[in-house]
Amino acid sequence: MRKGMFYGLLFTAPAILGFAIFTLGPMIASLVLSLTNYNVFKEQTAFTGLEHYVRLFSGEDELFYKSLGITFYFVLLRVPSVILISFGIALLLNLNVKGRAIFRTIIYLPSIVPAVASAMIWMWLLNPDLGLINSLLSRLHLPTSNWLYGESSVIPSVVLTTLWGIGSTVIIFLAGLSGIPRQYYEAIEVDGGGWLHKLSHVTIPMVTPTIFFNTIMTIIGSFQVFNEAYILTQGGPNNQSLFYVFYLWRTGFRDAEMGYASALAWVLFLIILFFTFIVFRSSKSWVYYEGGDRA
Amino acid sequence: MRPSKVSLAAGYGALILISGMFIIPFVWLIRSSLMNLAQIFTMPPEWIPAPFQWSNFHKALTLLPFDIFFRNTLIIVVTVLVGTVITSSIAAFGFSRIQWKGRDAVFALLMTSMMLPAAVTMIPSFLGWQLMGFYDTLYPLIVPAYFGGGIFNIFLLRQFYLTIPRDFDEAAFVDGASYWQIYTRIIFPLSRSAIIVVALFSFLASWNDFMGPLIYLKSDKWFTLALGLQMFQGTYNAQWDLLMAASATVVLPCVIVFLLGQRYFLEGITLTGLKG
Repeated sequence: MRKGMFYGLLFTAPAILGFAIFTLGPMIASLVLSLTNYNVFKEQTAFTGLEHYVRLFSGEDELFYKSLGITFYFVLLRVPSVILISFGIALLLNLNVKGRAIFRTIIYLPSIVPAVASAMIWMWLLNPDLGLINSLLSRLHLPTSNWLYGESSVIPSVVLTTLWGIGSTVIIFLAGLSGIPRQYYEAIEVDGGGWLHKLSHVTIPMVTPTIFFNTIMTIIGSFQVFNEAYILTQGGPNNQSLFYVFYLWRTGFRDAEMGYASALAWVLFLIILFFTFIVFRSSKSWVYYEGGDRA
Repeated sequence: MRPSKVSLAAGYGALILISGMFIIPFVWLIRSSLMNLAQIFTMPPEWIPAPFQWSNFHKALTLLPFDIFFRNTLIIVVTVLVGTVITSSIAAFGFSRIQWKGRDAVFALLMTSMMLPAAVTMIPSFLGWQLMGFYDTLYPLIVPAYFGGGIFNIFLLRQFYLTIPRDFDEAAFVDGASYWQIYTRIIFPLSRSAIIVVALFSFLASWNDFMGPLIYLKSDKWFTLALGLQMFQGTYNAQWDLLMAASATVVLPCVIVFLLGQRYFLEGITLTGLKG
């Protein structure tokens, strides 16, 4: 196979070109843009060096810190909820119950619903005056909430709506669970251990690679939430759901400050890289791989 | 795990409860889409429309040109699907069935793009398309699919191709087959189920895409269903009956496609999740 190199490059050329054109090029361009004051409406563009970054971190742009704080709060609330709830559901689905396939289908189904449509449904369900949820709560004599319209309840409400789309995380957990060899459980049964023993000594250690994967993916996705911010809340009320990427979009496309928005994008990139790196580093101490440490 | 009868019953109960919670939003959507406004606002809520207000659908879909939105969405979905399947499977072939120097390093480099937030490339990509005169056309939403079809899909197909025994190619080589023939006659047909997975994911991704159309499209005549629905909500935000009818129309094709391709969806997700 002497011509391997030629054909290898030929077959992969569209993908490599695509990477260069749609990823690498824009990445470099965005870094350069972030060092200029490029604005669609302005005549001339000047090189401003690190000015944008200084403006970001000096505290001059209050909305930057605000949107960063809101996004961190969202990530902090959402990631553990997604992981714990989807792991719990996966454990239930992993029981030998009849109709497993039906339950699995029902739980996965919401994650294919388009974000816009899902937002419409949840705006209606969470409507403070006419929605189903408040109506149920008041009939049960429980306190109701302003949900998406309340300054302190808006972020938890958005988290709630995204939990509806937890399905694919559940399926990945389920795959991890079904890969655990039966013998391990049998060994514990022989020793007289109960389900708690099985959970803490077999199930959890054996799915740590899956927990790791799902955690990384959920962190990356949560930092980038946009659709919900745009459709559900438009950043409101009173900027209390000004998600980072929504703020970035608004700066770049509504206010046309594309240079500044590019700086915002790079800061987000570095933040995501940092957290991914942290989780990767920590994984050495808690992720268990069968047959060696490949982490 | 062999659970006891009690824990099995508890598990059942919990599953039924959770499934109920997952399904109620759908039921709420459907029931609201078939009611008139008076019934929709009845407290406590009613669940069965009386009478079934089928005209909501006609009304909702004619207030805005949903036929045009549908046509645009269909153009994008079909062309993106074709591009994605062709170029990602070809690239996956090059990254798995052909030996060449630096192959795995190049692949690893491409994989890094999965970590990159879309926000970083969004602004320069937009400016690039605008500079070339393609702002407010469907091209920016379609063309990238013809350049590799997304590294995620390449990764998925490559994983699959790697499981096909090498002897198949060797035998074909001896018979004088070219790489192209091996790809079209052996590897591609053998990976039918993985190709279906990629096609299904591609369908959903472009059907559901909101940010792309939001950034690149300006005039109604190019709007997609997702944008149209958002526009509808902005205009008729108090008409919950019509809003729900329009939403149901956008959701329905996804649900049908999912139910038809269920097995492949679950396989595909499992496949991607296993290799963290």
